[in-house]
Amino acid sequence: MTSSAMATARAASVSAAANDPLTNVQLKYRSQAVAKPYFVAAIGLFVGQILFGLIMGLQYVIGDFLFPEIPFNVARMVHTNLLIVWLLFGFMGAGYFLIPEESERELHSPKLAIITFWVFLVAGALTIVGYLAVPYATLAKITGNDLLPTMGREFLEQPTITKIGIVLVALSFLFNLSMTVLKGRKTSISMVMMLGLWGLAIFFLFSFYNPDNLVLDKYFWWWVVHLWVEGVWELIMGAMLAFVLVKVTGIDREIIEKWLYVIIAMTLISGIIGTGHHYFWIGAPAYWQVWGSVFSALEPIPFFMMTLFAFNVVNKRRREHPNKAAVLWALGTGVMAFLGAGVWGFLHTLAPVNYLTHGTQITASHGHMAFYGAYAMVVMTMISYTMPLMRGREANSNAAQVVEMWSFWLMTVAMVFITLFLTAAGILQVWMQRMGDTPLSFMATQDKIAFFYWLRELSGVVFFIGLLLYIVSFFIRGNERASA
Amino acid sequence: MSASFTKSTARNIFYGGAVFFFLLFVALTLDTVQALPKRDNRANLTEQVARGKKLWEVNNCIGCHTLLGEGAYFAPELGNVYQRRGPEFIKAWIKAQPTGAPGRRQMPNFHLNDAELDDLVAFLKYSSEINTNNWPPNIEG
Ligand code: HEM
Ligand code: HEM
Ligand SMILES: [Fe+2]
Repeated sequence: MTSSAMATARAASVSAAANDPLTNVQLKYRSQAVAKPYFVAAIGLFVGQILFGLIMGLQYVIGDFLFPEIPFNVARMVHTNLLIVWLLFGFMGAGYFLIPEESERELHSPKLAIITFWVFLVAGALTIVGYLAVPYATLAKITGNDLLPTMGREFLEQPTITKIGIVLVALSFLFNLSMTVLKGRKTSISMVMMLGLWGLAIFFLFSFYNPDNLVLDKYFWWWVVHLWVEGVWELIMGAMLAFVLVKVTGIDREIIEKWLYVIIAMTLISGIIGTGHHYFWIGAPAYWQVWGSVFSALEPIPFFMMTLFAFNVVNKRRREHPNKAAVLWALGTGVMAFLGAGVWGFLHTLAPVNYLTHGTQITASHGHMAFYGAYAMVVMTMISYTMPLMRGREANSNAAQVVEMWSFWLMTVAMVFITLFLTAAGILQVWMQRMGDTPLSFMATQDKIAFFYWLRELSGVVFFIGLLLYIVSFFIRGNERASA
Repeated sequence: MSASFTKSTARNIFYGGAVFFFLLFVALTLDTVQALPKRDNRANLTEQVARGKKLWEVNNCIGCHTLLGEGAYFAPELGNVYQRRGPEFIKAWIKAQPTGAPGRRQMPNFHLNDAELDDLVAFLKYSSEINTNNWPPNIEG
């Protein structure tokens, strides 16, 4: 459409109140609305995650803060598990919204989707309450960890019964979506989304393998953690981004799907063998230093391509979508995922560098920006695009979008600073504790870098303000309609 | 992207690449599993060590510490604590927690009995003898 034709069309739609994007939009398929509770829960759990992050951030500098009520390890489990669970809620909501639309039919069973939602929410809440209410060893005992010990490993702290619950929830979700896809139109976006989600469930099964042999335990632990974030989750992320970009740019689907395939091809070509960057120092053979370094050094490529892809299609857009905030989130996801995963990942992925940085604040800095930039942001991209639709409008009012964009910048800039301060702390830590002839002890080093932990905590507070503003943006009405 | 490079070419590269590299990964994993007996100190993986690992897990030690560089970064690396401190110090330390020193990072008391403390130390000793390609760089971990 030429721009003058577009202006005419816009004028027409303004005059006809029935076409006003602020009010009268309906979902293509009613069952897509089941995504809404998933997104609401995701945001709620996100708030919990950040609160516990702030608690830990304080414990880093005031060691006995909230001790013994909330020891650091408890706060950490709550922080990281809430992160994973809210991202899963986000992916599920995204799946329930995206798959019917791509398949051009209603969801196989909206009722099952709602039951699954409540089962997942209650199981998740009970697990968090369990972490906080009783000592971890007690939780292990009352949940029968002895029968099938899977607890007590980083990110996989959930009681075994919770893990089984997660598998059942995932199966119900995958069944529901797969039936929808099978009976409907099959697009590349929906195929990639389904592959990613099935992969997520399948690799989670390795969390049930916990041999006494520590090396084997660690080796296959990474089949969950690495093959998730640097493997199948990237497929989910790519599909979500592609879906939103098709909608907001109006670019030919063929072009977007071609990009999607090239990106995820590079993801798996680099990322599967790239797992080797975790096999340098845990007892696996030394050849992993070569395999892991070479292939993981290629892992930034797909993230870079995602950035190129997002900017490219937005620049060549064929329509002006009124949801500016969603476009901002989509572009931001590309950039921040590349910085957090690509640049900060590359920083410490070569074996000679990783020898020094392994398990330091450098790792934490990368973990934060990568998780936020890739997965937190892609979920917020999807929420930003879909929530207005589920609330009966094509886009939120200008006023609401302005607040949402403020929250975008506050959270994103705060995360950049968190990452920079942790990187500074990490470099100093490596320098003092691991280099030179008279290395300091771990605890002595921590004291010396406390200044940077204070700055991190300060940035964390700004992040939290951004998050609150994000929530506020959902409650701002504003009468002025968003202009295209 | 150029028009001669079609979506179906891209799709084929994706499926071909994914399958090829996954199979390569499985092959490397099989080789690793075969090489491990010489590296992973399994000769010393006793019943006691296995009990120690359970204790390590059900008390969520990894929630504060790293072990072979993986875990949390709040408290010292324990993959080489056996060499750094020795068995008696480790047991006395665990029993004496929390220090209660104001403002200092606190470790909980896990109420372990003497047999359990021995199990845990056995696990840490076993872990410290895994061939980690000379990691960590020095005794401070
Ligand atoms: C969105 C994608 C990614 C996410 C969410 C992510 C997240 C993380 C997290 C949370 C850890 C810490 C794991 C632990 O607790 O032990 C980690 C470790 C690591 N990541 Fe990533 N990562 C991503 C992509 C990448 C990429 C693309 C690279 C390389 C280019 C990379 C390189 C590394 C390395 C080398 C480590 C080990 C650090 C150490 O030795 O302590 N990551 N990542
Ligand atoms: C905004 C305030 C936040 C603060 C103060 C904070 C603080 C912390 C602290 C202290 C740890 C434990 C580090 C350790 O083991 O010693 C941690 C771990 C972690 N946090 Fe956060 N966090 C915040 C936000 C976030 C966000 C927004 C994300 C992701 C979207 C995130 C993801 C993670 C991950 C993945 C880990 C595990 C890292 C690893 O194992 O390397 N955090 N956080
Ligand atoms: Fe990785």
